Amino acid sequence: MAGPVLEMRSIVKTFPGVKALSDVTLTVQQGEVHAICGENGAGKSTLMKVLSGVHPHGTYEGEILFDGEICQFKDIRASEAHGIVIIHQELALVPYLSLAENIFLGNEHATRGLINWHDTLKHASELLRRVGLSDHPETRVADIGVGKQQLVEIAKALSKKVKLLILDEPTAALNDEDSGKLLDLILELKKQGITSIIISHKLNEIRKVADSVTIIRDGQSIETLDVKAPETTEDRIISGMVGRDLDHRFPERTAYEGEVDAAPALEIRNWTVHHPIDQTRKVVDDVSINVKRGEIVGIAGLMGAGRTELAMSVFGRTYGRHAGGQVFKDGREISTRHVSDAVKQGIAYVTEDRKHYGLNLIDTINRNISLSALGKVSKRGIVDEQAERRVSEGFRKSMNIKAPTVSEPVGKLSGGNQQKVVLSKWIFAGPEVLILDEPTRGIDVGAKYEIYTVIDQLAAQGKAVVFISSELPELLGMCDRIYTMAAGRLTGEVPRAEATQEVLMRQMTKDKEVTR
Amino acid sequence: MSTDVTAKSPAPAPGKSGGSANGANLLQLMLDGMRRNMRQYGMLLALGLIVALFAVWTDGDLLLPRNVSNLVLQNSYVLILAIGMMMVIIAGHIDLSVGSVTAFVGAFAAVLTVQHDVSWPVAVVLCLLVGAVAGAVQGFFIAYLGIPSFIVTLAGMLIFRGMTEILLEGQTLGPFPDGLQKIGNGFLPETGPNTNYHNITLLLGLALIVFAVVQEVRDRKRQKEFSLDVVPRNLFLLKLVFIVAAILVVTMLLASYKGAPIVLLILGVLVVGYGYVMRNAVFGRHIYAIGGNLPAAKLSGVKDKKVVFLVFLNMGALAALAGLAIAARLNAASPKAGLNYELEAIASAFIGGASMSGGVGTILGAIIGGLVLGVLNNGMNLLSVGSDWQQVIKGLALLAAVGFDVWNKRKSGS
Repeated sequence: MAGPVLEMRSIVKTFPGVKALSDVTLTVQQGEVHAICGENGAGKSTLMKVLSGVHPHGTYEGEILFDGEICQFKDIRASEAHGIVIIHQELALVPYLSLAENIFLGNEHATRGLINWHDTLKHASELLRRVGLSDHPETRVADIGVGKQQLVEIAKALSKKVKLLILDEPTAALNDEDSGKLLDLILELKKQGITSIIISHKLNEIRKVADSVTIIRDGQSIETLDVKAPETTEDRIISGMVGRDLDHRFPERTAYEGEVDAAPALEIRNWTVHHPIDQTRKVVDDVSINVKRGEIVGIAGLMGAGRTELAMSVFGRTYGRHAGGQVFKDGREISTRHVSDAVKQGIAYVTEDRKHYGLNLIDTINRNISLSALGKVSKRGIVDEQAERRVSEGFRKSMNIKAPTVSEPVGKLSGGNQQKVVLSKWIFAGPEVLILDEPTRGIDVGAKYEIYTVIDQLAAQGKAVVFISSELPELLGMCDRIYTMAAGRLTGEVPRAEATQEVLMRQMTKDKEVTR
Repeated sequence: MSTDVTAKSPAPAPGKSGGSANGANLLQLMLDGMRRNMRQYGMLLALGLIVALFAVWTDGDLLLPRNVSNLVLQNSYVLILAIGMMMVIIAGHIDLSVGSVTAFVGAFAAVLTVQHDVSWPVAVVLCLLVGAVAGAVQGFFIAYLGIPSFIVTLAGMLIFRGMTEILLEGQTLGPFPDGLQKIGNGFLPETGPNTNYHNITLLLGLALIVFAVVQEVRDRKRQKEFSLDVVPRNLFLLKLVFIVAAILVVTMLLASYKGAPIVLLILGVLVVGYGYVMRNAVFGRHIYAIGGNLPAAKLSGVKDKKVVFLVFLNMGALAALAGLAIAARLNAASPKAGLNYELEAIASAFIGGASMSGGVGTILGAIIGGLVLGVLNNGMNLLSVGSDWQQVIKGLALLAAVGFDVWNKRKSGS
């Protein structure tokens, strides 16, 4: 090959309180397809944001060499001017504009502010043909599927004279057929001399299109492997992704002393959920899981595995369209059609996105904690503020929520303390089953330990806990059993004794072709 | 008006300072306290300033007993609407139909009492029901069918305006029976010895003072119990003196004319009642939760649709009450009644501290906002400012109030 087109040297990027990238070096050869893989939160997307100027020069350390010159991008426009185009996971298309308008958005064929429609349509259809689309350029984006939309994004990138195309999890939202087409297109573009970086954790995809793969773990580049070399097996890549020391610390699990019924506290059978908009996509596909009293059961999976969707669709059908499956509580079938039903049945769901789904940030700690069980501190519809305050003061002390008083607005707290408020809120609701979705996401190590301790205590009191997490060590450290999911399906169930990061990661990266 | 509702809002509670304080830097403390509760005190201060300015400009005419009485009568309807509107806005919605509903209910009342000789108490009940139904129908479309409230109530604005004209056949209808007129124009009855003042009004004012002071003291005690930072003792006393003085002045002014207007009594009951609901009832909490973060409220098991439905139903009933008050005051139902009232109610809510995105605001805030507009109206009338310039000035006042709030929030970085 013709030598490196891109070199990123010792990139360090810190956010307030978190070091997202501690030392990443990436070298991409001219004309290759370079894969980047790593666990959720390893720093892949942050690295690409540094490269494309989303995080402008000066907010990170290290240097970027592109086409042999040192680049200091101050925004996306600057990187695009050099031919670096990033396609984000969340597509950036305007749904009610046409394909042509989207392709040239911000880059219109115009003279003196008036759009030249003839040129626009002509060039748009040429670009669409290049990415294998035969749709008319005046079709609205909203009227084509997600798979085609992804291709339109690429056409848009081509219109900007792209030299380096970055795709962030391009197939995460696509079905198998569309994924296949997209990967073929990447290979086709490679023939035309366009270098690509593809972020993915689907190992079969990487094997199909990539020439080399760089593994990122905990904000550091670990190694770069030649994908075509015989010694680069999927296991080899997996061990690179997970191979970190178990330096997290977990509390010793306290055993639940009470009786365990034969029937599990919560059982979900054959649960299937369709995507809320795209009815043909099964986001959760025939999943059955169960959890007993005093047990902590983990659900592992990568982005797009369907874990949150499973939890939210069970909890009051707050996600997607239900397409079959039953929920049993203590052996009895129950309805969880509405959130209030689920809460009444003693189920609590602690969201992964506390800012959007968990808390009213402009309201106080006090009122957030009481919200899901206001009935417990009120009589005949009137809130007993003294009782409410006593309860939340209790939680402030027992959960060690760092705030001067419970009248503090939640928005002012740190992530860890906000998480403690969400947990308090749901513990106050008095559930028998808790579904915890990424309960330690984005919080510091100290707060993590405190939250692990709380989870352990809950199980010891006989609660059934479902623990969804992307951090494998945390699942290994806390859970009695771990389910794995991939692409909406259950791909395995591993008891604590047999669970290792490698075993889990292999099942989490299983795709349909592999499982057959 | 009750102080019960002033004491707490969902906005940040007392902050860091506090503890022991000496009289020397009382002013500093006051400023601190105000800065922390800018939403509440800022507008109160602005109201005081506007009152003072107009009092000077009108050579004291603004504060003549007769005029104060008038001010209350003139603005009661906006204040009633502002209470309901505040709740709608806190829930994250808007209601453009209230002006038309007001007119429609006035027309309905006229048809009942003037054309069909229905007794006025029955007519009042029927009118309130009609208003509630009007609100409920709109609430149904908004809450259960998910049509944006802006659209539904814009449609409602046209529909009810049109229906008003259909009912009245384009004519003005009146006069109303005496009983109904009293709602808009009447004063409390008088008994007891001749004191040159209105005795019942004095007694009511006294009762209000006792109630307010007891509430404040109890609130402070309760906050201390939970080792919350409370305002320092001398600042607290100052606040009490201020409250007592304010109630006393208004009471004396009203009592030296014809006494408290009946509509003021109705308004007082509404403010205390709704203030209590918004602060202490589960229902009120749920309104704040929905407006503050709808997905989070849903995931907490709040029945968001039902709450929104009820908020609009309530708005309809309050619009009906306002409609009765205005029709009774003008002693006629007119097709053009209540024009632009929705805008005045919305402006009152925003001047009084509501937020476009919902989740914030208090009933007392809406009242303060409404009074700011009311005093501006009244004061400019006294100065014979034309209605053209009045609108310009009211528009600027709204812009200034919200602009100041936005600026203040940005500065404090929250």
